Amino acid sequence: MMAAIELKLDFWVVALSAVTVVLTIWMGFWAARKARTASDFFVAGRSVSVGWNASAISGEYLSAASFMGIAGMVMSSGYDALWYPVCYACGYLFLLLFIAGPLRRFGAYTIPDFAEGRFDSPLFRKIAVTFVLFIGFFYTMPQMNGAGKALSYIIPGLPYWVGVAVVGAVITVNVALGGMKGITLVQAFQYWLKMFAISVPVFVLVAVFGGYSSHLRANLTAGEQAAGVTVEVRAAETGVKREVLPPNDAAKKVSVPADAAWIAPFGPRSSKPAVTAQKAGVAIADTKPYALLWTYSLIIALVCGTAGLPHILVRFYTNPDGVAAKRTTMWVMILIGVFYLFPPVFGVLGRNLMPELYNGASGVKGTDGSVLKLPLLLGGVWGSVLSGVTCAGAFAAFMSTFSGLLVSITGALAHDIYGRILRPQSTAQERMQMFKVFAFVCGAAAILLGLVVENFEINMLVGWAFAIAATSYFPLLFLSTWWRGITMKGAAAGMLAGGLLSLGSIVSTMFADNWGADGLKAWYAQHPLIRTLAEQPAIWGLPLALFLMVVVSKATRSSIPGDVRRKMLVLHAPETLGLKEEYIKEHEGMGGH
Amino acid sequence: MHDPLPEHDDFIHSEEFLHRLMRRQFRLSAACAACFVVVLLGLPLLNYFAPGLMSVRVGGFTLSWLVLGVLFFPFVWVISGVFIRKSLRMESEEAEEAQAENRKRAARQS
Repeated sequence: MMAAIELKLDFWVVALSAVTVVLTIWMGFWAARKARTASDFFVAGRSVSVGWNASAISGEYLSAASFMGIAGMVMSSGYDALWYPVCYACGYLFLLLFIAGPLRRFGAYTIPDFAEGRFDSPLFRKIAVTFVLFIGFFYTMPQMNGAGKALSYIIPGLPYWVGVAVVGAVITVNVALGGMKGITLVQAFQYWLKMFAISVPVFVLVAVFGGYSSHLRANLTAGEQAAGVTVEVRAAETGVKREVLPPNDAAKKVSVPADAAWIAPFGPRSSKPAVTAQKAGVAIADTKPYALLWTYSLIIALVCGTAGLPHILVRFYTNPDGVAAKRTTMWVMILIGVFYLFPPVFGVLGRNLMPELYNGASGVKGTDGSVLKLPLLLGGVWGSVLSGVTCAGAFAAFMSTFSGLLVSITGALAHDIYGRILRPQSTAQERMQMFKVFAFVCGAAAILLGLVVENFEINMLVGWAFAIAATSYFPLLFLSTWWRGITMKGAAAGMLAGGLLSLGSIVSTMFADNWGADGLKAWYAQHPLIRTLAEQPAIWGLPLALFLMVVVSKATRSSIPGDVRRKMLVLHAPETLGLKEEYIKEHEGMGGH
Repeated sequence: MHDPLPEHDDFIHSEEFLHRLMRRQFRLSAACAACFVVVLLGLPLLNYFAPGLMSVRVGGFTLSWLVLGVLFFPFVWVISGVFIRKSLRMESEEAEEAQAENRKRAARQS
């Protein structure tokens, strides 16, 4: 069983991946013919139906980290990794409850539009644009990284840069040709492709090798080990033919987590800061308090980060109205929730069936490869076909997320920087031209960034983007839709302090771990509490941002926008009352922007 | 806060309406969020303080795995379904009430 994994060029794997790429290009060209106006480019004409939009949002959201990374994380660290799929999906609930409806009613093109409109401050638009670009490029890097590694897995021997260049070029052309309208159709298609690609192989694998629960059953909890349940008994009971997991072997760099730590909460992943402290000689009787703190902070980062990702938020403007925005969010939660049931199954099966992936390698060579490689265990043509299907799904994942990011970055440059800051007098036609130009510029920049991060871990990079979003955009959106007292200075202070301090603290742990800051590493090892907080900053970053926003706003109370009551009315009043049109007319009549 | 657009003195543009609108909406959102947050943040606490209970096997799954990896998704769908139904109904009620009140005041003035 284990020998089948050695990689060679597989016809089906290459063919199905190629078909995905070609279909994406073709759909892009097809959709491009329908995208004509500036509104088509920036917000798909604000006329995307609920079904299309929900599929497109889901397609955009399910990135490389979701498609391959979650299975890999569940395989490598067990229960602790389950928080990722759950919180990725549930973050949408916060969006739905607090942000989706008001944001859509306000009727702006982009988040910076909202930022400026809400505070009447062109300066704040610049700050908001900076964050859009920052988070966008952070989130782009892992997509590129995944694409490069996956292509070099599909065609062995191909260098990393080829995958980055291929995916980058294909999507850049798509976005430049069709803008938001073009990618909406492509992303909707890619959601269903991903759903097919993750579910069908799971059903087949489960039918052949035993179910989700029986594979979990094969991993004993601490209590069961104490009660003396043994591997042989388990095999007979469950029908899982599980080979004994290889022992930890430093020479071969195989490190399999112990059953009890893997299946139980607060395993090696969440208690890592405290474990490193133990190695440094600090006696800690129990690492669990740190693990609990880490878990809570992770939950906050993922749930609030989802509600603050600009490339997700910009999609709400493509809904025809606030009611459709809410319905869309409901469907998105169902679509991505169903999807997220499957990746952990790959992780659980991979643990029992493919322990050789515990080789310490990063990316698809290690546990992240479980989604792509597990179907090969079926053997024969069908094994190859299903492995090809999961590879095609992985490609759909890189491409759809990257296209969404590229639209939001390009939109920020063409609409906010060019159209509002550099040349406010430009026509819609000119802005559309600039959209195309910026799409190529940003696509090239994304490819270059992708080449830089070859040795980074996908999940680490995604984690950065989420932590920044959770501590900057989420508090901004939450307070400016629900609290009239917020001022531009308050919002900016909280956003900058929360976002930058969180980023700084995460980067400091990266320096300590990977980039040779040994003094810092030793210091962190002595202080596991601070180390935990630095690694997962959302638990202090979000309250800090909210606190600063409130305090600074109170101090600068005189600069609350004069017509704040009207703004709040537009944000919250039912659209049937027609307040938005009235508001825009009056604003224009007053000679506003 | 003074209103720089004083030409609207009907009910829809009144402080009273906005205040009620935001309070009702926020109460609904906060109630739904509370249901979700209690379960989401309660689960780590249960794992922490009742590890024995949470590692009970339910059809092969441990209880904590079953709750987080499977049951959590439908739970969130129920919350969001309830929220959307209620908030859409609330919105149409608000619109009707506001327009009715507007007409009443206009009639009184003339």
